[in-house]
Amino acid sequence: MSDSCAAPDQDAALPASVDIEKETVLTGTVVNDEGELVQGAYVRLLDGSGEFTAEVVTGEGGQFRFFAAPGKWTLRALSRYGDATGEVEASRGLNETKLAVSR
Amino acid sequence: MAREDVLVTADWAEENLDTPGVVFVEVDEDTSAYDSGHIRGAIKIDWKDDLQDPVRRDFVNQEQFSQLLSERGISNDDTVVLYGGNNNWFAAYAYWYFKLYGHEDVKLLDGGRKKWELDAREVTTEVPERKPTQYTAKPLNWDLRAKRDEVEAAIGAKNLIDVRSPDEYAGRLLAPAHLPQEQSQRAGHIPTALSVPWSKAANEDGTFKSEDELRELYVNEAGLDEGKATIAYCRIGERSSHTWFALRELLGYSDVKNYDGSWTEYGSLVGVPIALGDEPGTK
Repeated sequence: MSDSCAAPDQDAALPASVDIEKETVLTGTVVNDEGELVQGAYVRLLDGSGEFTAEVVTGEGGQFRFFAAPGKWTLRALSRYGDATGEVEASRGLNETKLAVSR
Repeated sequence: MAREDVLVTADWAEENLDTPGVVFVEVDEDTSAYDSGHIRGAIKIDWKDDLQDPVRRDFVNQEQFSQLLSERGISNDDTVVLYGGNNNWFAAYAYWYFKLYGHEDVKLLDGGRKKWELDAREVTTEVPERKPTQYTAKPLNWDLRAKRDEVEAAIGAKNLIDVRSPDEYAGRLLAPAHLPQEQSQRAGHIPTALSVPWSKAANEDGTFKSEDELRELYVNEAGLDEGKATIAYCRIGERSSHTWFALRELLGYSDVKNYDGSWTEYGSLVGVPIALGDEPGTK
């Protein structure tokens, strides 16, 4: 468990202390126009009212992950290949989304 | 204080990479970011290993700060340009240290690492060598740092600005949403604190909003009383450094302090008042 507010390694496996039955995890990958995984994309989580909640940077696998709560969320990706926005209706457990960025 | 006195643009940075007396410093929690590529000539400072006391819960003192900057080859008269990840949270936190210890000329790179990367500007893995210096830090300036008793006394008396996310403020979450929710201290906020998430002070690309937009945000939308002193806090004091920078360095309010103990201290104190929900609450 990190004791700061910065983003943990996004490619790492879920920590053993995370109970997937209880947590609501929003995860997925960022891809570019060519369908390639994008490392170094900035992915932010916005709540139901569009308010910023958190931001992570994708690792080598183009992966991102947030610990949130059930409900409506917006994912917003910025990268050197362009931007993307995705809507998620999250429920308890793993919620997966693919974000395709383009100019 | 004008914006250009405390912030430099990515274009300015690119033009001044080789200017004598200008030192670029990347400040991150995750130093693998620096190792994987950084602005040419930039040295690194580790948010935890370099800036925190290894034993007590406190940050480095005057001697430790002098020693750190001497080892890294920074002189008292250098122009220090700080940047980092997380929308410059840790760079703003380090900026606050440089001001606490009286460094004359320190600036933030607007947008930090994020803007630099989104612009696809050049990075290198080459680590520069700098000759050690004899850096002398000034005594800590307590006009910029708030301690817990002062924070409790400020309830209903000064502006308190809680810069965490709305869910952390209301007590629905204990930590930001990219971290597991597994901590044990009490949730909520300091009564009468206004909720202005740090992110509202920044654009999507990590640059700071304009002074007009910031004034609109803090004074007109949130209700900050310009006639009163202000204390900003978050969970551990780095997101609030970002807001402290916006309020003191960009908007020019003279009496603004950062409470680095923040919610991890306040939310664990015995007997202090706590407010729950989306409203500031009363004294």
